[in-house]
Amino acid sequence: MTTDKVLMKGNEAFAEAAIRGGARLYFGYPITPQSEVPEYMSRELPKHGGTFIQAESELGAINMAYGAGAAGGSVFISSSSPGIALMQEGMSFLCSAEVPLLALNVSRGGPGIGGIQPGQADYYQVTRGGGNGDYRIPVFAPSSIQEAVDLLYEGTELAQTWRNPIMVLADGMIGQMMEPVRLPDFKPVYAPHEIAAHRDWACTGFNDRGGDENRRVVKSLRMQPEKLEEHVEKLFVKYARAEKELVRYESENLKGAEVVFVAFGTTARICREACEILAADGIKAGLIRPISLWPFPNKAFDEIDYGTTKAVISAELSMGQMITDVQLALNGRLPVALAHRTGGMVPTSPEVAARAKAVLEGLK
Amino acid sequence: MRAFKLVFHPEKCKGCELCRSVCPKQVIGMSKQVNAKGYHPACAEKEEACIGCQSCALMCPDGAIEIYQKEEGDQ
Amino acid sequence: MKPIFEYTKGMTDMPTHYCPGCTHGIAHRVIMEVLDEMGQLGNTIGVAPIGCSVMAHQYMNVDMCEAAHGRAPAVASGIRRVHPDKIVFTYQGDGDLASIGTAEIVHAAVRGEKFTTFFINNGIYGMTGGQMAPTTLIGQKSTTCQDGRSKELNGMPVKMSEMLATIDGAVYVERVALDSPAHIRQAKKAVRRAFEIQQKGLGFTLIEFLSTCPTNWGLTPVKALDWVRDQVMPYYPLGVMKEPKEAEQA
Repeated sequence: MTTDKVLMKGNEAFAEAAIRGGARLYFGYPITPQSEVPEYMSRELPKHGGTFIQAESELGAINMAYGAGAAGGSVFISSSSPGIALMQEGMSFLCSAEVPLLALNVSRGGPGIGGIQPGQADYYQVTRGGGNGDYRIPVFAPSSIQEAVDLLYEGTELAQTWRNPIMVLADGMIGQMMEPVRLPDFKPVYAPHEIAAHRDWACTGFNDRGGDENRRVVKSLRMQPEKLEEHVEKLFVKYARAEKELVRYESENLKGAEVVFVAFGTTARICREACEILAADGIKAGLIRPISLWPFPNKAFDEIDYGTTKAVISAELSMGQMITDVQLALNGRLPVALAHRTGGMVPTSPEVAARAKAVLEGLK
Repeated sequence: MRAFKLVFHPEKCKGCELCRSVCPKQVIGMSKQVNAKGYHPACAEKEEACIGCQSCALMCPDGAIEIYQKEEGDQ
Repeated sequence: MKPIFEYTKGMTDMPTHYCPGCTHGIAHRVIMEVLDEMGQLGNTIGVAPIGCSVMAHQYMNVDMCEAAHGRAPAVASGIRRVHPDKIVFTYQGDGDLASIGTAEIVHAAVRGEKFTTFFINNGIYGMTGGQMAPTTLIGQKSTTCQDGRSKELNGMPVKMSEMLATIDGAVYVERVALDSPAHIRQAKKAVRRAFEIQQKGLGFTLIEFLSTCPTNWGLTPVKALDWVRDQVMPYYPLGVMKEPKEAEQA
């Protein structure tokens, strides 16, 4: 049953939410700043009849996830930026083979091994995909632990419905901080022998389905280009539907705003404070907070008050990656500037407010 | 004396000759005909010499050989 | 007439894409015959690799999942954890298992994963056109060691079965060959034993098949079998590397 509010560390709340949402298989490899997730899973998952394996690498973990998902299991994995990079080969396979997976990226600064402090420079990696070929992964970026819990709770079902990996991108700040959260009720899960009936594509051995007429093969190989094209076109019909149905965002104070921030995750919280600072100085500032990074909430940009807004600022913990999508969404309607820190540095709200003032000043 | 019937599926055969190479009684030859894949498929040239050892079928990578033991009344 | 040898229904009707005389077809058939005879085709999930046998899922008449290059043991680990009462196997070549997938195979063995790996060792990359494999013999020519493999440059061919047999979680490891009817019969016994040990849940099992690649070795299929006997077996001797104690097997 849904709990009263409890104070939890982000990473532990994420893990608990995934279990409550129905994930019963977890494959992981330690990496800061998300190691509390595998630790929590190793302790708690067996209590719910689940399986935890500490993999030999992130490559091992994503491929165990692919196998378990292909066999009809409800799988959850987590890692952080360089580990997610190693998993990209698997993500491409999962998308092509339409294997469901709930994935969590508690992102940190890069490139390379980078650092262990919060970062958002994984934006391209998770929205464009580091793997090969034409594929898409819906990515959701929570800005509070409660929102992350709700997304991860919903994630297993979303992944099964869409038969695709679903990723939650929580920067290291959200993973490491503590906040009060309300944990939802446990969802029911399938026993192994029930899988064949409910997941009509999963490898279960054909006796579970009464015969070999409907032998099941989970694969991504298509040697004939016509067949591969047909398959990819079919995937993109699904992705086109996702672009309509999975768009999520919040917008605040857009009416009459002089400047509009676009920010996700931790940065959105900082921008909200920056809006208050600017308001105190008589500058009305609004905020668009993309929750789905792919599909990007282009329609949020139609809500901007084009009579009053002079500039849009993409605020990011990177050298500017989301800004590309902001520019595409605006399609030249307004000038776009960047407010950023990178490498694990996080801007303060006065810093962001000052940047907004400078941008407005520069337009005069 | 036991007698055997060798059934070769010429459309499956790739003409690799592994069956012929392991036959202890030189039962198997290669057809002069060419199959749809462009190979000369294996065939039974001296079926009456077959001892039913199954070596040919064991070696066949393509499932092109089946072996039957003849019973009374069989042709 | 009484059938004494019929093609197993463990194989589909689809003709294989393998070259003439390639022993993949024999290995496929032997494995599927055993599953058929054990009545386990419907309780089995196989994992196909990358390499020539990338399309094994078209031929093996069981549920199959395709894996990325070298990752089959990780994929099989995931499958077996979802369906602990099913038979799970991987089918992997030497590039897949002994090169790009060494971490996955070693750690599957370390965890004592309860699936069976069929390791097809023909000492070459067939699918990509005959490049050197980790198991290519010293002096053997390939398209990436055109004067023959050199110990100084490439090291000695890796002995995966011997190496994996040192791991506690690997309970049964045997090397067999597909060069003669007698060895094929022995291979079939080994396959059956591996599946039975898997069903008992004793740990990780692996059968290595010394196999051929007539096309890329530049030999006729029959001469390729001679090469296995004369060149490969002296370096890769047949036999059981590791087996469970009788008491454990019972």
